Amino acid sequence: MLRNIFKIIFVLFFSVLMAGVVFAAPPLKIGALFSVSGPASFLGEPERNTAEMMVADINKAGGIKGRKLELIVYDTQGDATKAVQAVNKLIKDDKVVAIIGPSTTGDSMAVIPVVEKAEIPMISCAAGIKITDPVKKWVFKTAQNDALAVMKLYKYLQKQKIAKVAILTVSDGFGSSGREQLKLQSKEFGMQITSDETYGPKDDDMTVQLTKIRDSQAQAIICWGTNPGPAKVARNVKQLGIKLPLFMSHGVSSKKFIELAGEGAEGIILPSGRVIVADQLPKSDPQKKALMNYVNKYKENYKVEGDHFGGHAGDAVMLLKRAIEQGAFTPAAIRDQLEKTKKFAGIGGTFSYSPQDHAGLTSEAFVLVQVKQGDWKLIK
Amino acid sequence: MDSSRQLFQYILSGLSNGAIYALIGFGFAIIYNSTGIINFAQGEFVMLGGMLTVFFLTVLHLPLIPAIVLAILISTIVGISFERLAIRPLKNAKPLSLIIITIGASIFIRGAAMLIWGKDTHAMPAFSGNDPLYLAGATILPQHLWIFAVTILIIIASRIFFNYSIIGKAMRACSYNSQAASLVGINVKNMVLLSFAISSAIGSMAGIIIAPLTMTSYDVGIMLGLKGFCAVIIGGMSSGLGTVLGGLLLGLLESLGAGFISASYKDAIAFIILLLILFVRPEGLFGKKESERF
Repeated sequence: MLRNIFKIIFVLFFSVLMAGVVFAAPPLKIGALFSVSGPASFLGEPERNTAEMMVADINKAGGIKGRKLELIVYDTQGDATKAVQAVNKLIKDDKVVAIIGPSTTGDSMAVIPVVEKAEIPMISCAAGIKITDPVKKWVFKTAQNDALAVMKLYKYLQKQKIAKVAILTVSDGFGSSGREQLKLQSKEFGMQITSDETYGPKDDDMTVQLTKIRDSQAQAIICWGTNPGPAKVARNVKQLGIKLPLFMSHGVSSKKFIELAGEGAEGIILPSGRVIVADQLPKSDPQKKALMNYVNKYKENYKVEGDHFGGHAGDAVMLLKRAIEQGAFTPAAIRDQLEKTKKFAGIGGTFSYSPQDHAGLTSEAFVLVQVKQGDWKLIK
Repeated sequence: MDSSRQLFQYILSGLSNGAIYALIGFGFAIIYNSTGIINFAQGEFVMLGGMLTVFFLTVLHLPLIPAIVLAILISTIVGISFERLAIRPLKNAKPLSLIIITIGASIFIRGAAMLIWGKDTHAMPAFSGNDPLYLAGATILPQHLWIFAVTILIIIASRIFFNYSIIGKAMRACSYNSQAASLVGINVKNMVLLSFAISSAIGSMAGIIIAPLTMTSYDVGIMLGLKGFCAVIIGGMSSGLGTVLGGLLLGLLESLGAGFISASYKDAIAFIILLLILFVRPEGLFGKKESERF
């Protein structure tokens, strides 16, 4: 008798359980790898925040075609070994259909062989040109290439009739990639690099390098790095009384840079994503809507201003959303839909992927901005 | 003309960095000379000085001088509690275990600072403006003059304290032989506590006067601490002129090396000097030979 009751309970229990599965399709699992802690946390933290914010919004609106999204975030700590462990976990244990991230070029290069083998689409948030050049079948990216930033800057210098530049780059991945591009493209734009200096990411004093530059033939200085180094360079330039115009990279395009460099920031020009000047864009700009939406929402949720790093993850979420909206629920279908993306106006630029191009942006993804009275001003 | 102007700028940059290294090295020397411990948390007091001042200035909106005084006070309290909680409870511990404890403490303080203030870099306004002063074609900031002035003041003050005051002499006695010192009635434990208090105060002072130049974040202490350690090793662990010369020499070699060889080797230069001295003259360039170190 007792056994029978158990049987009935079991049957009832399982039928209820199964019914639940049938009625509500399970959420679609999206994996994310961000360097939330460690030296590259200035990338990973806003990226995680943005991705979580956007996925929550999508779910609040009822998901995509009735399917909710589940975001699974692992911290790579900017360590390639941890990134590979995490990507294996995402693919084998969590069984995700697509992956967003990693945040840095080093992590991305490390996980590419894994996703290629497992055939899972990945949208990297790192800037390194190597990630999508040559094109890998399953790998896309949203961050603007350094090459595009250099191109934008050199075009401007050419117009200003500046032909002799001194470059000062930080000796980490970002700086050396920038240095490579600055040297590579200098021939194309007829630029002569009169001095080529570097500094360490933790250096406190760059007056020595700048003294050398001051006494060279340079007409302008280009500094390539991420905070806080370039802020120190800006202060040192002022300290040494150097009158040459100073240019920087998109690595410092946030309010934080102006705060750190203080008066030294005044007049500096750099190529940047449109995020920091979203409100100054003309109404005709196709990205304006996405940008304003992102900037306001991020501020509402996290009390700080959204930056273009977070935007890379935001664009990745939106690209996936668009692909899934086309009815792509499997990794292969999502990949195919991603490749068909045309003229998607996101935060980092207007993306158009193709089988030959998985980076999707042109130098139009950058605008030139200048620091004026302690704020960014769009150069038209 | 150009190259002599360049050289002069390198020397000026080197000396101003060197003065900072000397000041940090000083903190190492004071603790070493009264306890025989090398306090690897010294760099963290430098960080605390800068971060606390920024905190009082920007969050609590205090004027500069009260902010500085408060920052030094709190760093000193941290130094005292560090000694009380981590060093004193260990009776008869060997200097080596105590040194390892200081490394642990430095990781703890850094971690706590990261949790409290986040990972961002913070800027601090200069004490007296940012307009460069011109000196024979080279430039220097008013803040550099502050650094030189504070370093010289602290060196003179400590010289007087250790050589002429009773407490200073007692602290030195403890370093030579703590047992004998306690036999003549010196409270060794209090002297150790005092040495921690003084060196954390000096460390935080160093952190405060350099913050307007280099900015500050939770992890500035590692590199600055190591550079200060280099300075004090070159100077032979003395709490006098040796460390000052050691710091200035280190700063000069760094900037000349960066200027004439390559800036990429700036930190390498400091550590090669450190290793060379530890191998060849462990008593330091300016130290007297001792028969026993530990």
